[in-house]
Amino acid sequence: MKTVAQFAIGYEQLLDAGGRPTGELPAFAQDAGELTRMYRMMVLCRMFDAKAINLQRTGQLGTYAPCTGQEATHVGVGAAMRPEDVLFPVYREYGTQLWRGVTLTEILTYWAGDETGTNFAGPRQDFPWCVPIGSQAPHAAGAAMAFRIRGEPRCAVAYIGEGGTSQGAFYEAVNLAGARRLPTVFVIVNNGWAISVPASAQTGAETFAQKGIAGGVPGMQVDGNDVIGVRAVMEAALARARAGEGPTVIEALTYRLSDHTTADDASRYRPADELAAAWQREPLPRLRAYLAAQGHWDDTREQQLRAACAAEIDAAVKGYQSRPRPAVGAMFEHLFAHPPAALAEQREQATRYPPPAH
Amino acid sequence: MARVTLVESINLALNRALADDPDVVLIGEDIGVNGGVFRATQGLQQRYGEWRVQDTPLAEGLIAGMSIGMAAQGLRVVAEIQFMGFMYPALDQIANHMARLRNRTRGRLTCPVVIRMPHGGGIHAPEHHSESLEVLFCHHAGLRVVCPSTPAAAYGLLLAAIRDPDPVIFLEPTRLYRMARQEVLDNGNALPLDRAQILREGDDVTLVTWGAMTHESLQAAQQLAQRKISCEVIDLTSLSPIDHDCILDSVAHTGRLVIVHEAARNAGLGAEIAATVAERALYDLLAPVERVTGYDTVMPYFGLEKAYIPGVDRIVDAVLRTLET
Ligand SMILES: Cc1ncc(C[n+]2csc(CCOP(=O)(O)OP(=O)(O)O)c2C)c(N)n1
Repeated sequence: MKTVAQFAIGYEQLLDAGGRPTGELPAFAQDAGELTRMYRMMVLCRMFDAKAINLQRTGQLGTYAPCTGQEATHVGVGAAMRPEDVLFPVYREYGTQLWRGVTLTEILTYWAGDETGTNFAGPRQDFPWCVPIGSQAPHAAGAAMAFRIRGEPRCAVAYIGEGGTSQGAFYEAVNLAGARRLPTVFVIVNNGWAISVPASAQTGAETFAQKGIAGGVPGMQVDGNDVIGVRAVMEAALARARAGEGPTVIEALTYRLSDHTTADDASRYRPADELAAAWQREPLPRLRAYLAAQGHWDDTREQQLRAACAAEIDAAVKGYQSRPRPAVGAMFEHLFAHPPAALAEQREQATRYPPPAH
Repeated sequence: MARVTLVESINLALNRALADDPDVVLIGEDIGVNGGVFRATQGLQQRYGEWRVQDTPLAEGLIAGMSIGMAAQGLRVVAEIQFMGFMYPALDQIANHMARLRNRTRGRLTCPVVIRMPHGGGIHAPEHHSESLEVLFCHHAGLRVVCPSTPAAAYGLLLAAIRDPDPVIFLEPTRLYRMARQEVLDNGNALPLDRAQILREGDDVTLVTWGAMTHESLQAAQQLAQRKISCEVIDLTSLSPIDHDCILDSVAHTGRLVIVHEAARNAGLGAEIAATVAERALYDLLAPVERVTGYDTVMPYFGLEKAYIPGVDRIVDAVLRTLET
């Protein structure tokens, strides 16, 4: 028997867990200002997470999906994308969204159970959060199809959790993207867990990256806690897609340092020593260590940064808390461009029965 | 006898079924170590092992599809869909295969599967976690659809559903999971399927409802009683088939019918009930039938869910309208 197909899955890491370069760094990493911007965004996400969890715990926010531990993946992807690309997020990739112009206030508004949070003032074509797991992947393939038909040099980026890759919709989207060489990048965020189910229970494959191979899509892994590595592989994948060479599957290896959401208690199912070990690899200290080693960072700058982030978050929370609350009639709005007349009657009825205050 | 919540009664029934019948297997997402996001399967994997209480890969189409293969081999599968809004990929398998396997094979292959899922809103959950989609199942021949509203009904009907030789969609009112406790005797006795239950007897108006809306309907009946208006409250319980006789008997007595459901009004189950009453009991009616339902909108994010879910005042006003004539 002869071998007719073979594959290999590469792994990229440009900064190790101690913040030491593993080799020569890409051009963007020579720009201290750019690296500082990325570091700033990671710190902002970490601090925002703590604030949002606190708001939820004190009854000022609904269920919230934290991003702690995954900031490097989210920021690296965001920094590699161009504004004209389109993002198809899941629900916790705030670093990418913020980089692209979604606001902290919009994020809070969404998790407060208010649709206006998804009407992004910034990236008007980006899709909102996608709760039904996996269903966003075909949307990204579809957007990429539109770019392809129109000959636009743009890319669609779909996030998906490693758990989400078990859904048929993921395979269907990858298959289409491969068959039509669509300008799509599928970013699998392997954070170890799908709520209580470990990554090892989702698949018998050695990597999630290789899930692209059967669809004709090259796959690779990256250390998802290394923001420089993530941005580098993402830039390469986007360049490939823009050049008409087709899609890529990137598996970012990171870890969900938080509970799944504020409605979850990970201590029920997750070994404490695994969590403790993951904290040793977390993304923030390694970029900070690298910046400090290059003479671009110190404690004073760290303090200034944290104070600035705290102020930005406070302002966003104030904006969120003082926003107008949706009126009862809001649920009847934006269902159709031309609403059927019958809805007006129901809307009138609904306004006669305002909900009890809570 | 223990006083248990609705979700605890489901746990008791699942435990009983696993203990009684080695062919019973539970599958779903996060049902193992985590015991389900609502804890309905708490402790069961520890007791019955990782094959009989299994976390599947994250795929609802798979959950429904594999249930069919397992069931056709004689296993009794009880599958959990984590939230109703996530069942759509499963609907293909349920409608095209699960509901029809017996019919297509002239009884050669069958599907004794129970698919459990939370039903309805009111728990401040994110998008897609609060839907009331019962009609999507009721429309398919070959499926039973059950929605209990009390711990005792949940226990007895879940056991009945598991022992039934055909597929049963088992809807669990999320809002009621922990709302009240009731004495439940864990004796393994099933309750009959296909029957409605009268929750409160009355003479003036019949209220037909199910799931979490039984709560608001009973509250409305209580308020109306203070005004000397007597409501009979029927918990439909079996959404497919509908126990029309129970409703018709009641309407023959009261002459007035108000149907209350959380699901959207358009093509909701209320329309089916009203049509049957119009066909078979029009001359018993003293007033037009009223429907109090969710609106024909998307289930709003939770900021407005209380404005969407019918409240007691809407039900009271509907009852009063039927008494104006
Ligand atoms: C279709 C669907 N099924 C189930 C759920 C419930 N649920 C929400 S998140 C989640 C786990 C997702 O894990 P993964 O895809 O790895 O992403 P992560 O949350 O770890 O980022 C589940 C089962 C859902 N939202 N959608």
